[in-house]
Amino acid sequence: MKDASAKFDIAGLDLWYGQTQALKKVSMQVGANSITALIGPSGCGKSTFLRVLDRMNDLIDGVRTEGKVLYDGQDIFNGMDVIELRKKIGMVFQKPNPFPMSVFDNVAYGPRVHGTKDRRELEEIVERSLVNAALFDEVKDRLHKSALGLSGGQQQRLCIARVLAVEPDVLLMDEPTSALDPISTAKIENLLEELKRRYTIVIVTHNMQQAGRVSDWTGFFLSGELLEYAPTKDIFFNPRDPRTENYISGRFG
Amino acid sequence: MKHRKLFERTAEGLLFACAALSVLAVILITVFLFQRGLSLFQKVSVLEFLGSTRWEPTAKVPGYGILSFIVGSFYVTGLALAFAVPIGLAVGIFLAELAEKRSSRIIHSTVELLAGIPSVIYGLFGIALISTITRSLFGGSGYSVLSASIVLAIMTLPTIISVTEVSLRAVPRELKEGSLALGATHWQTIVRVLVPAARSGIIAGVILGMGRAIGETMAVLMVGGNAPLMPKGLTGMVRTLTMNIITDMSYATGDHLTSLFATGIVLFVFILVLNLTVQVALKRSMAATEGGGGA
Repeated sequence: MKDASAKFDIAGLDLWYGQTQALKKVSMQVGANSITALIGPSGCGKSTFLRVLDRMNDLIDGVRTEGKVLYDGQDIFNGMDVIELRKKIGMVFQKPNPFPMSVFDNVAYGPRVHGTKDRRELEEIVERSLVNAALFDEVKDRLHKSALGLSGGQQQRLCIARVLAVEPDVLLMDEPTSALDPISTAKIENLLEELKRRYTIVIVTHNMQQAGRVSDWTGFFLSGELLEYAPTKDIFFNPRDPRTENYISGRFG
Repeated sequence: MKHRKLFERTAEGLLFACAALSVLAVILITVFLFQRGLSLFQKVSVLEFLGSTRWEPTAKVPGYGILSFIVGSFYVTGLALAFAVPIGLAVGIFLAELAEKRSSRIIHSTVELLAGIPSVIYGLFGIALISTITRSLFGGSGYSVLSASIVLAIMTLPTIISVTEVSLRAVPRELKEGSLALGATHWQTIVRVLVPAARSGIIAGVILGMGRAIGETMAVLMVGGNAPLMPKGLTGMVRTLTMNIITDMSYATGDHLTSLFATGIVLFVFILVLNLTVQVALKRSMAATEGGGGA
């Protein structure tokens, strides 16, 4: 994809954990309002790459990055406030991580830290976000009970609602269904289809079927390199690199 | 084969005996304390003992009222916590979240050192410095509620600091990342997510510190003034339950001696109630965060 209107434009991205290089000269463009899947064997750098996009790696000691990452044309490492960046770019983690507070307070958390105090406004945001995360009907009678009492799949959709409440522009998802049962997984995959209309989604997944089902573009990482990046159907049916084909057909990784 | 089984049996038996021994110790303490102290109430009513401030055990008509000492204990302990909790929380948060690794390690070991200092040394420190300072700032003798509270606060700090630090470090990293990823600042994350998530541990630490403060004897004896009267304000002298026991123990006989054991019973019951409160509170808050309960 060569597109001036790309949501992300990453060029020559290198990343080291101390002495270990985890990403090597990664360049890619992520299109707006599309779903991009990142696949590859464990330890190939795809999660690390995802965490670069909202600078979550800043939290880890000894991480060094080189190269350029442009978000809407702005360099995320230079002259961009990390709080603003993370407001725009939401992240859903592998393990559902609701806060130990009520369902309502979980969803209201983001708006509250960003200054929304009005109760009615918060109620609106919470309801809208839960509806958009396809969770509202299941939790509307227990909004003020602890979020930790929800099932794993509900917790993960709650985490998605929590991110939506901040009204982001991009959703990063790090294996969001790997800890869930098939039914919950299907619910979240359907949700992705919906969300794609309004958000740009980048999803890391170990599940080939999932990548094939939900994504428009797929990137295949191997040992820190982005080996192949193309429309999903090309990657799956017509991979250029034999290593991509081997991985997708399950011959390694 | 037989040999090994015998060894297993013996080891198990030995461990069980040790466990039984510690339970036995608690039972023995309780039994003897009550046995020696309860007989006081054949002569003095419980109400008078707990509710009167007249402590004149050697007078012709002896008075055995320990209300002043109960009040003194709570006064000194409460004030100590009022100093120690905010500071302890702040230091704990600093160590767990803000300090660099190196300085965190240095402060951490210093705090641990603080915990190992014998209480008589705290007392000496209190006489040499704290009472001097409070005397010059607020007048009076310097041996006062305030001095005793400050010394106690310093003594309870290590408990509160390390429990706060440990509880904060035990909060899953995912929660912190979840909050930061939503665009919350580090400080918002600490105040709104990490501290509430560590709440039950922190409360347990505070109550542990409170137990230590109520039971502390030597240090408060050295700086509290030890007048057997109701404490008059911050600069007034104070005698706590523990001080009352230790002061008269060397010469008391008869009912006087029995009354000291009875004072011990009161202290013992207070500590017991505190411990039970912690356990119930912890269970409750755990149930609340894990399942259906509201947050």
